[in-house]
Amino acid sequence: MVTITSVAPRRFFGMEGFKLDRQMFEVMTKETLNSMTKRMQVYAPHIANKARPGQFIIFRVNEKGERIPLTVADTDKDTGAVTIIFQEVGKSTKELGELEIGETVLDFVGPLGKPSELDRIGRAAVVGGGLGCAIAFPQAKYLFNSGTQVDIIAGFRTKDLVILEDDMKAVSQNFYMCTDDGTYGTKGLVTDVLRGLIESGEKYDKVLVVGPLPMMKFVSLLTKEFGISTIVSMNTIMIDGTGMCGGCRLTVGGETKFACVDGPEFDGHLVDFDEAIRRSGMYKDIEGEKNAQHVCRLEKM
Amino acid sequence: MPNMSKTKVPMPVQEPDVRNRNFSEVALGYTEDMAVEEAERCINCKHKPCVAGCPVNVAIPEFIALVHERKFEEAYYKILETNALPAVCGRVCPQESQCEQVCVRGKLGEPVGIGHLERFVADWYMKNVHKLIKPAAPNGHKAAVVGSGPAGLICAADLAKLGYDVTVFEAFHATGGVLVYGIPEFRLPKNIVNHEIDNLRELGVKLKTNMIIGRAFTIDELFEQGYEAVFIGTGAGLPSFMNIPGENFNAVYSANEYLTRVNLMRSYDETYDTPIMKSRAVAVIGGGNVAMDAARCAKRLGAETVYIVYRRSEVEMPARIEEVHHAKEEGIIFKTLTNPVRITGNERGYVNGMECVEMELGEPDASGRRRPVEKKGSEFMMDVDTVIVAIGTSPNPLIRTTTPGLETNKYGGLVVEDTTNMTSRKGVFAGGDAVTGAATVILAMGAGKKAAKAMDEYIRGVIPADS
Ligand SMILES: Cc1cc2nc3c(=O)[nH]c(=O)nc-3n(C[C@H](O)[C@H](O)[C@H](O)COP(=O)(O)OP(=O)(O)OC[C@H]3O[C@@H](n4cnc5c(N)ncnc54)[C@H](O)[C@@H]3O)c2cc1C
Ligand code: FES
Repeated sequence: MVTITSVAPRRFFGMEGFKLDRQMFEVMTKETLNSMTKRMQVYAPHIANKARPGQFIIFRVNEKGERIPLTVADTDKDTGAVTIIFQEVGKSTKELGELEIGETVLDFVGPLGKPSELDRIGRAAVVGGGLGCAIAFPQAKYLFNSGTQVDIIAGFRTKDLVILEDDMKAVSQNFYMCTDDGTYGTKGLVTDVLRGLIESGEKYDKVLVVGPLPMMKFVSLLTKEFGISTIVSMNTIMIDGTGMCGGCRLTVGGETKFACVDGPEFDGHLVDFDEAIRRSGMYKDIEGEKNAQHVCRLEKM
Repeated sequence: MPNMSKTKVPMPVQEPDVRNRNFSEVALGYTEDMAVEEAERCINCKHKPCVAGCPVNVAIPEFIALVHERKFEEAYYKILETNALPAVCGRVCPQESQCEQVCVRGKLGEPVGIGHLERFVADWYMKNVHKLIKPAAPNGHKAAVVGSGPAGLICAADLAKLGYDVTVFEAFHATGGVLVYGIPEFRLPKNIVNHEIDNLRELGVKLKTNMIIGRAFTIDELFEQGYEAVFIGTGAGLPSFMNIPGENFNAVYSANEYLTRVNLMRSYDETYDTPIMKSRAVAVIGGGNVAMDAARCAKRLGAETVYIVYRRSEVEMPARIEEVHHAKEEGIIFKTLTNPVRITGNERGYVNGMECVEMELGEPDASGRRRPVEKKGSEFMMDVDTVIVAIGTSPNPLIRTTTPGLETNKYGGLVVEDTTNMTSRKGVFAGGDAVTGAATVILAMGAGKKAAKAMDEYIRGVIPADS
C-alpha cells in the first residue's frame, strides 16, 4: 500500500462550484393577475438587452426541476428586468410562483427562438386565448407602436380569469372581449368574434393568434377560409431550446421543424395541429403523478 | 521478466444482471496489484507504435514503466504532459482503433490494456493526491471560450496556465458538454467530470452557464467586451432524423433528447422532475457509442426488450468494442443488417411498432465500407413502443448564422486553418465536433490544445493579425 501524507485537503467545489457558475437571477417584482396566473420581473440584463417580441426564455427553479420555456412578455433595458407571465399549472410553474421578491431562479436562459416578423403590416387582428394574451401582448404592443392598426380579440373561460385588459386596451384601436360562459364581454369563442368582424367587412392583412392549441387550430381554419395570412405561436415541450434535442419538433407544411429554433412562430395554415396536440400530451400521465406529489411551501410550514 | 500472458488482466465489472438495473459505473477499475501485473505485459519495445497511435501522443511506455515501479503519482504526471483528462480518456477513448490497435503484444494475443492503465493512474491520483493547483500569474490578457465540452475545457485550461483571464460560456445549466449530457453515469461517472472542472476553477477559469453565444452575445460582442481571441467549441449537437413516416409519434426520441433527459436531467431518479417514457420494448437505431448508450439506458430504465437496429453488419459498427460487448452482456438484442422503413402509432399518437427491411452488403461505398442494400420483400414488423434515433448529429448553425464571415463546409462544420485552428475570422479559433462533426473526446481535446497554443501566439503577436 502506498500512502501519501503531505496533503492539504483539496478544495472541492461540488455543488458550491455549480452555483458559482451562475449569475443570480433575482425576482424583482411579483404580482398576481388572477387565481392561477402570475407576472414576475426577473433580473437578467443580458436577456433584457436582446430579447425581441416573440422570443422566449427557459427557466429551472431548482436543481431537480424541469427546464420550462416561457415567452418574454416585456423587457426593461434600464433595470435589466425580463417580464414573464405564467399559469401555475405544473410543478415547476407552481414552484416558480412560490418564489418571493429577492429570491433567485436557479437557471434563466435566453433569448431563444426567432423574433416575430412584425414589420410593414397595415392592419392586424391579434387574437389571444387565456394565458395566450400574455404572449400576444408584446406583439400587439410592438405593432401598435410601429404604426400598425391593431384590433385585439381576447377570450377567457370566465370573468375571474381575465388578465391584462387595460394593457391590451392601451395598445389597440379596437378591443373585443369574450368569455366562454358570458360572464364578461360577449358570450362565445374568439373564433365567433373574429368571424363576425371579417364577415361584417373588416379587412386584416395579418392575424396573430396565441392560445391553447385547439383554439389556434380553429382560428387558422377560419382565416384560411378567408385567405388571411396567420401566424401562430407554438409552445411545445422543450429541453434545451437551442436545437439540440428535437423534442420540440412539429410538422409544418409537411416538413419537420424545431419550434425552439425555427419558431416559435409559424404559418398557422401549414401547422399540423393534430400532431402537435398529441405531442403536447406525451407526458400527461406521468406529469399528473408528479403534480400530485408537489406540496406547496405554505402547506409544508 | 515481462508478464507473457496473452490476455489482459481482466477488468473487474459489475455483474451484467445487476448492472443493467442500476446507473453505477460498470467497470470497477484495477487494484494496484492488477495494474502492476498488467504493466508488466508491456515489453517496452523499441519503436513504440502506441505513442504514434495516440492522437495526443501520450508517453505510453514511460507511464506504464512508472506504474510497474509503483510510482503512480509520477505516472500521472507523465500522462498529464500531453493529456489533461486521463480519467475521462481512460474510460471513453476507442483504444482498440488507436494505441492498442498497434501494440506489439496485440500480434499474439491481446494488446496491453493501455486504457485500463490510464484510467487506473488517473483514479489513483484523484483518490490519493490532494494538491492545490496554483493559478498562473496573470498576463493581463482576456480570452473567451464558447462551449464547455472537452475541446473548450482543454483550451481554457491551457490558456489559464499561461496566465490568461479566461471565461467559458456554456449554453446549458451545467458544464462538460457531451461528457455530462450524453455519456451516461454508468460509463463515465459525473463526479469525475466535475473533478476535472473543479481543477479548471482552481486555475482561475471563469465558467458562465446559461449563456448562449449567438443569442445573449454574438462573437463580435465578445470582442467588444475586451476578449482578444475567441475559441468556438460548440460541438455537433444537432440531431439527424431518418425522415421516414411516423417519426413524430409520441415516444420517438432523438438519442440526444433521450440521453439528456436521462443523464443531465436525471429522469431515472424519481426525485427529479423531468419525465421520460416508461417503455416496454425499445428500438435504438444506429451502431455507434451513442446508440449503445441509449440502449443501455433504456434497459436500466426498465424496458423488457431493447434492440439495436443497424443497417450494416456488426464489424462495421463504429462503437467501441467494449461497449458492444457490455451491451450484449446486459441483454441488448442486436438486429444488424436491418433498416427501419416506417414507424406506426396508435390512435392516441403513441408508437406501437416499427416496420423494418432486411439488408445485405453490396459493393464498397465512398467510406470503404460495403454498402447495405435492401433485400426485396423482406419487410417485417417489430413490436416496440419506443424508438430512439441515434444516426448522427451535425454542428449547430446558431453561431455560424450570427457571425458574419465565418466559413463552414457543406456539413456545417467550421473551416479552420490546419496548424492554428483559426477560422476564416481573425482571432476566432475553433475545434472539436464543431469543426469535424461528431468525432471523439480525444480528438476534441487535441484540437482545443492546438488552438490554445495558437491563440496565445496570436494574442502575443507571433501570428500577425493581418496574415
Ligand atoms: C452519447 C455519446 C457517447 C459518446 N461516446 C464517446 C466515447 O465513448 N468515446 C469518445 O471518444 N467519444 C464519444 N462521444 C463523442 C464525444 O463525446 C464528442 O466527440 C466530444 O464530446 C466533442 O467535444 P466538443 O468539446 O467538441 O463538443 P461537446 O462535448 O459537444 O460540447 C459542446 C458544448 O458547447 C455548448 N454549446 C453549443 N452551442 C453553444 C452556444 N451557442 N453557446 C454556448 N455554448 C454552446 C454545448 O451545450 C456543449 O456543452 C460520444 C458522444 C455522445 C453524444
Ligand atoms: S427544445 Fe431541444 S431542439 Fe428544440
